[in-house]
Amino acid sequence: MTDRYEMMIGLEVHVELLTKTKMFCRCSSRFGDPPNTNICPACLGLPGSLPLANMEAVRLATRAAIALNCSINLSSRFDRKNYFYPDLPKGYQVTQFYEPLAQSGYIQIDSPLKKIRINRVHIEEDAGKSIHAGDEIITAEYSLVDFNRSGVPLIEIVSEPDMSSPDEARQYLEKLQRVLKFAGVSDVKMEEGSMRVDCNISVKPKGSEVPGTPCEMKNLSSFRAVARALAYEFERQKCVLEQGGTVVRETRHWDEAEQVTKVLRTKETSDDYRYFPDPDLPMLDLNHEFIEEVRKNMPKLPDEIVSYYVDELGLPEYDARVLTADPLLSGFFDKCVSLGAEPKAASNWIMVELLGYMKAEGISYENIPLSPEYLVSMLELIDKGVISGKIAKDILVIMIETGKDPRTIVKERGLEQISDEESLAGIIDEVIAGHPSVVEQIRAGKNKAVGFLVGQVMKRTKGKANPAKVNVILKDKLLS
Amino acid sequence: MATKDILKHILSGEISATEVLESYLKRIDEADPETNAFIQVLEPTARANAARADCLLEKGETPGLLAGLPVAVKDNICVKGAGCTCGSKMLENWISPYDATTVRRLREQGAVLIGKTNMDEFAMGSSTETSAYGITRNPWDLKRVPGGSSGGSAVAVAAGMAPLALGTDTGGSIRQPAGFTGICGLKPSYGLVSRFGVAAYASSLDAVGPLGQTVWDCALVLEAVAGADRLDPTSSARGRVAYTKKLDGNVRGLRVGFPRELLQGVSAPVKEQFDKALSTMEGMGIIVEEVSIPSVVHAVDAYYVIAAGEASSNLSKFDGVRFGKRAPAEMLDEMYTRSRGEGLGKEVIRRIILGTFVLGAGHKEQYYLRAAQVRTLIKRDFDKVFEDFDLIVSPASPDVAFKIGEKIQDPLTMYLGDLMTIPVNMAGLCALSMPMGFVRSGGLSLPCGLQVIGKPFDEQTVLRVGDSLEQEIGAEIRQEVRAMRRKLSPVRECELVD
Repeated sequence: MTDRYEMMIGLEVHVELLTKTKMFCRCSSRFGDPPNTNICPACLGLPGSLPLANMEAVRLATRAAIALNCSINLSSRFDRKNYFYPDLPKGYQVTQFYEPLAQSGYIQIDSPLKKIRINRVHIEEDAGKSIHAGDEIITAEYSLVDFNRSGVPLIEIVSEPDMSSPDEARQYLEKLQRVLKFAGVSDVKMEEGSMRVDCNISVKPKGSEVPGTPCEMKNLSSFRAVARALAYEFERQKCVLEQGGTVVRETRHWDEAEQVTKVLRTKETSDDYRYFPDPDLPMLDLNHEFIEEVRKNMPKLPDEIVSYYVDELGLPEYDARVLTADPLLSGFFDKCVSLGAEPKAASNWIMVELLGYMKAEGISYENIPLSPEYLVSMLELIDKGVISGKIAKDILVIMIETGKDPRTIVKERGLEQISDEESLAGIIDEVIAGHPSVVEQIRAGKNKAVGFLVGQVMKRTKGKANPAKVNVILKDKLLS
Repeated sequence: MATKDILKHILSGEISATEVLESYLKRIDEADPETNAFIQVLEPTARANAARADCLLEKGETPGLLAGLPVAVKDNICVKGAGCTCGSKMLENWISPYDATTVRRLREQGAVLIGKTNMDEFAMGSSTETSAYGITRNPWDLKRVPGGSSGGSAVAVAAGMAPLALGTDTGGSIRQPAGFTGICGLKPSYGLVSRFGVAAYASSLDAVGPLGQTVWDCALVLEAVAGADRLDPTSSARGRVAYTKKLDGNVRGLRVGFPRELLQGVSAPVKEQFDKALSTMEGMGIIVEEVSIPSVVHAVDAYYVIAAGEASSNLSKFDGVRFGKRAPAEMLDEMYTRSRGEGLGKEVIRRIILGTFVLGAGHKEQYYLRAAQVRTLIKRDFDKVFEDFDLIVSPASPDVAFKIGEKIQDPLTMYLGDLMTIPVNMAGLCALSMPMGFVRSGGLSLPCGLQVIGKPFDEQTVLRVGDSLEQEIGAEIRQEVRAMRRKLSPVRECELVD
């Protein structure tokens, strides 16, 4: 990156709320049902149908807004955004344009430590889904529309253009995703479309007071795509400026295959959405009790959990962040601690062994393949010296794969650690006898070589020997 | 026979609901070919409704407030299983999968749904000339319009094809046709009657209301359909009121104002009838005074901005994708433009274009938001007058029914004809239109309507005064109506209708 130009990035994120029913009717909002099975006159826009606001969605949206440090407007309003598209049944989308639910929030990112301001959080309804027969819309022989998604409640979170690198944008998105997940307002899955990101980026000479012309980018299906598209777009706009050109205000499409952005439409041809207050819906009036209730029932958010882990449980900050990647993961950890596990030990085992296994096998947090009870009882076995840490690694995998509890596994497979000094002494004597030169070195003061002999004992006992004890006995025998 | 008496006869078992229905069906056979009030007569539905009412009566149960009375329903109000064209080619083949709340309540109260009535396309018009299903003719003079947009419902009642009807009123669509056809019609306060199941024209102005021969008829239907509805977020939380029980004739000492601004452009003969009605009211002990509501002169302009704006959005759903007319086309935009171009009529397209313009970037502040301010002003002006007056009265229209074709090429003149009724919708008030007399010319007798405007949700007072006035002047009106019906077509075997 050059020093002479800088970028300003703003993000618009759409998130589907975790309600059972749609925003303005009582149809199920479940994802993945057979096409056009969750529909009714309202979400099909039949003549005479009227919208009925879903207060559960309002509650979740309010919770999200509070989690994002926004101030809630006691009185907000629904507006219509008018445009024609086959998956938009009424010919308009109900949204909150003039008076949004919430405003003026922020998200803090870590490197650099920075508050990214949130302009607004508002409620809107989703459109249906168009399915084109063929590779792309232009050549499609026909198109079909699934209205199951029509009317599913969304919130849109609009940031200020406060991010100045693709990495900051990625951090913002990760943090946002995490906060919303912990708040329990959405499952925020990019791949299922329950989280969607549009970016605005403008480029200007470094230090210039005049903001550059922003371009909007769509079709960003992952955080990686966001970061790449931003990097590409920065270079593109910079080139334009360096060659003395001006950036045209336009909407661009990220082409994942070619890794480039392409013009979708320019401002001149863009739609005029003719926003106006929806006359079918009264003002959305909330009272302080409602907001207090939402605040009171707010699940613990990641930042709060991180400081708890660090300050109260003594975990390193790194551990705390890893464990708060997902509420299910931190819930797993919390359960282990509440069952009596030593926090750092639990954290180590979760972060290294459990997550390592899950990553290798492609297992998501929803399906953590182990119960906290088993992990804790395994930690107890280590603690009591029944098994060695090395053996425990195997036991963990066996627990996951067989579903058996660690005690049973240890018993069935004879994996108890050998801590009995007599048995160990015999084996140690054999090892000492077998490695005279090493023994000599140790006696000559090369203490480090003790480790080699410990390793030999472990090898002979197939890892079952208690390494600490072996160490003590060895030193005892060689140095005294 | 008065509707009240028909109901009494049904309840006493002197006549069955089925017999009543058959009489009206016969009358439809006689009079509808001349007038074209119905888009569809719901014979099987109506017969089933009537049979059910009779069955309940035989068992000694009450079938409800409307026990066996036929009601005609404007064709923008959904009746489950029936077509709902809204007077448009766009919805020619669309069958409603549900009942409007008003229709459901009519059914629950034992009404017989006799048919769907003609209307200006999507309720946009004041003459029922813009329907894709032919012009509805005024039974007082078949060369004249019945008014609109609820012209079909008004004519169904006026010509004796149904004792009662439902209409919708966005800027006068119940009251003006009621006035043109010599019957009563009520536009309820905004929010009193559910809009669920009514194809929206301008959501913030639309109201569903009754039409009937008398004020009592309107009170009865209102009683059946009014009240809170959880399916309509704009419906008021008010419970049901027994309006028919409130018609106690107690009007002495009420204060009635007539705004001079609403008399501008009123024809001399209508003004004469209006003055006569005012003196009759004074004779009844009502205090009548001239008042001023300055902002109403801007009501028509502001109305056409707001109504068109909302309509342009409300009618976007008619895109040929999910239901209604779809024109074959290669590309999406072409499908939209052709489906809408072919499916929608000229007046509707005119208002959609107007509405699209006034909401557009760069115009919204100047038009839509300005109109919204005017609306607030009108509301405030009415509130002020209502501090001192119980009711406000005016003619329902500046003149009697005009000739078919007379104004259809001149939309602005047509729009100005709604000067008296539009402010009521803008302010969310309730208003009754009732016959106040006749203008006689060239051997014709043409009715003209009086508009009685009340405070929001004060239908009781409006209906009470209307009913009392009717006691004074109703005899002449009944006589004229009977003569008109006989002249229209012989009233055979149907003393009910006579």
